[in-house]
Amino acid sequence: MSNVLKCEHLRVVFGGLAAVSDFNIEVNENEIAGLIGPNGAGKTTVFNLLTGVYVPTSGVITLCDKDLAGMSTIARSHAGIARTFQNIRLFKDMSVLDNVTNSFNTKMKYSVLEAMLRLPRYWKEEKEARKKALDLLHVFNMEDLAYENAGNLPYGSQRRLEIIRALATNPKLLLLDEPAAGMNPAETENLMETIGKIRDRFHIAILLIEHDMSLVMGICERITVLNFGQVIAQGTPEQIQKDPVVIEAYLGKQRD
Amino acid sequence: MRKTRISTPIRYLINTALIVVLWVLLTVVISASGLKGEYYRGIMITIGINIILATSLNIVCGYLGQLPLGHAGFMAVGAYSGAIFMKSTPAAALLRAGNSAAVIPYLIIAVVIAAVVAGLFGLLIGIPALRLKGDYLAIITLGFGEIIRVVLTNIDSVLGFKVTYGASGLARIPKFTNFNVMYVFTVLILFLIHVFMKSRHGRAVLSIRDNEIASESVGINTTFYKTLAFVFSAMLAGVAGCLYAGYLGSLYPSTFKFMKSIEILVMVVLGGMGSMLGSIISAVVLTALPELLRSFSDYRMVVYSLALVLMMLFRPKGLMGTYDFSMGDTLERIIDRIRFGGKSRKEVQG
Ligand SMILES: Nc1ncnc2c1ncn2[C@@H]1O[C@H](COP(=O)(O)OP(=O)(O)OP(=O)(O)O)[C@@H](O)[C@H]1O
Ligand SMILES: [Mg+2]
Repeated sequence: MSNVLKCEHLRVVFGGLAAVSDFNIEVNENEIAGLIGPNGAGKTTVFNLLTGVYVPTSGVITLCDKDLAGMSTIARSHAGIARTFQNIRLFKDMSVLDNVTNSFNTKMKYSVLEAMLRLPRYWKEEKEARKKALDLLHVFNMEDLAYENAGNLPYGSQRRLEIIRALATNPKLLLLDEPAAGMNPAETENLMETIGKIRDRFHIAILLIEHDMSLVMGICERITVLNFGQVIAQGTPEQIQKDPVVIEAYLGKQRD
Repeated sequence: MRKTRISTPIRYLINTALIVVLWVLLTVVISASGLKGEYYRGIMITIGINIILATSLNIVCGYLGQLPLGHAGFMAVGAYSGAIFMKSTPAAALLRAGNSAAVIPYLIIAVVIAAVVAGLFGLLIGIPALRLKGDYLAIITLGFGEIIRVVLTNIDSVLGFKVTYGASGLARIPKFTNFNVMYVFTVLILFLIHVFMKSRHGRAVLSIRDNEIASESVGINTTFYKTLAFVFSAMLAGVAGCLYAGYLGSLYPSTFKFMKSIEILVMVVLGGMGSMLGSIISAVVLTALPELLRSFSDYRMVVYSLALVLMMLFRPKGLMGTYDFSMGDTLERIIDRIRFGGKSRKEVQG
């Protein structure tokens, strides 16, 4: 099994505070990995480091053995990292379909001039893009909403659309930041199925941040626990659930 | 979802027919109005120029979601470059001889020159301004507009020979902008904006407005697309300027003051940022109203500001919001209504 994502000794310091330090992780193809930890532990910061929003103070990030140092967010998207956001960031005033086809932008080749003159390549690529987007929406039972404004969707569908939009970039690694946040148990159940479906169908590596323990323990094969920017435990769900350090730092807090 | 689907060629045909019908209508109005026809023609040409200015500003202001304050600067650049070129051609003599068809090639070259020169200035300003995050564009374009005006006023004394004729004005520009020219260019530019926005490039621009961080996360080159939209907008403002020069026959730097940029901005904001139809409607209304109410023309700015305040209070998203009109879609909806009555979407599908 090949290594899709590998982080070694990742560290970032904000004004003297190490938000993340000595962070190591490996995520393989076809694997769902979980990243958990109490509020403010540095989980989202890890995602921002992976996607190039923040520059690490030190450490190495490799994607399929390629060093990502110095690459912008845009370049990392092209390299195969896609993400969703803790606070939904959809293109609200665009249709659901356009939210998805926008992700094909760099794979489409027609120029501005070809678009303005509506030359054959414009029609061909637009048709393909629409079909691909509708197919993708179909996989997630959302094709009926294709022409709705993304901002008008119910909350659960918005979260789902964000995942579809990320998937449409054809990533090797999918980062999901609290995908179940704000969902009711039924929606969460549904989402778990969806995430499993993504792994089985697209054979990509998935790293997800989540507070919902039933979700994390249910679908993640390996879990990394962060606390105050430090990795305090790493292992299978069973190992994590038994780990006394984790129970003290994280699960223990919930029992109080 | 609509059940009726009108195919793309039919949509194009319908739109073309409507454009021709409108042209016939306006031409009939002009020729049937006798002496007043000339006056109406002038208003219509001014409306055309303002439609181009407003819809082109709407690209940056509405679709891209940035705030430029120097649109008049690009208009000025286009106006002067187009006019100076036209003066160097035999166009004036041809027009005097009544041979307006022979002027068309010169006219096209002038428009292209205006677009290219304005576009180059757009590039020069856009690249540094749009790479920064925040409201730098407003400040930089504001400065640009004023600098252009000052340069146009004083460049002759720096160069030592006459180019712009400074504050006394560039006169005797061949008057190549007649009603038909204006009509064709207005339609053409509206079409170009439409097809641009309905492409992958237009989608990228809209996605930047809606969420820049998310756009980057799906690989959209935000700096490139911001610059592209800005340059496109500047080019069209240049074309508007060139047609303006060819309509008036003389140019003064004072025309392109800061207030001119604000006037165009008001049209876009009132119409609804991000709505081409809104920009068109407010360009028509805000051009025609002051003309028709001549005696109030001193109060134009008062009316503008009142309209703005009222709009902000009652319709903060502008007249049309971000709604964009499509003849084809509207027809589909109407036909649906006729075929299926007032039934809801689900019933229609079931
Ligand atoms: N740009 C920044 N500048 C300064 N401090 C930051 C910055 N980004 C994050 N931090 C700090 O880093 C710490 C970790 O934040 P982060 O958002 O990664 O937490 P999290 O684990 O995602 O928490 P939550 O579960 O609440 O989402 C916080 O203390 C936060 O204040
Ligand atoms: Mg977070």
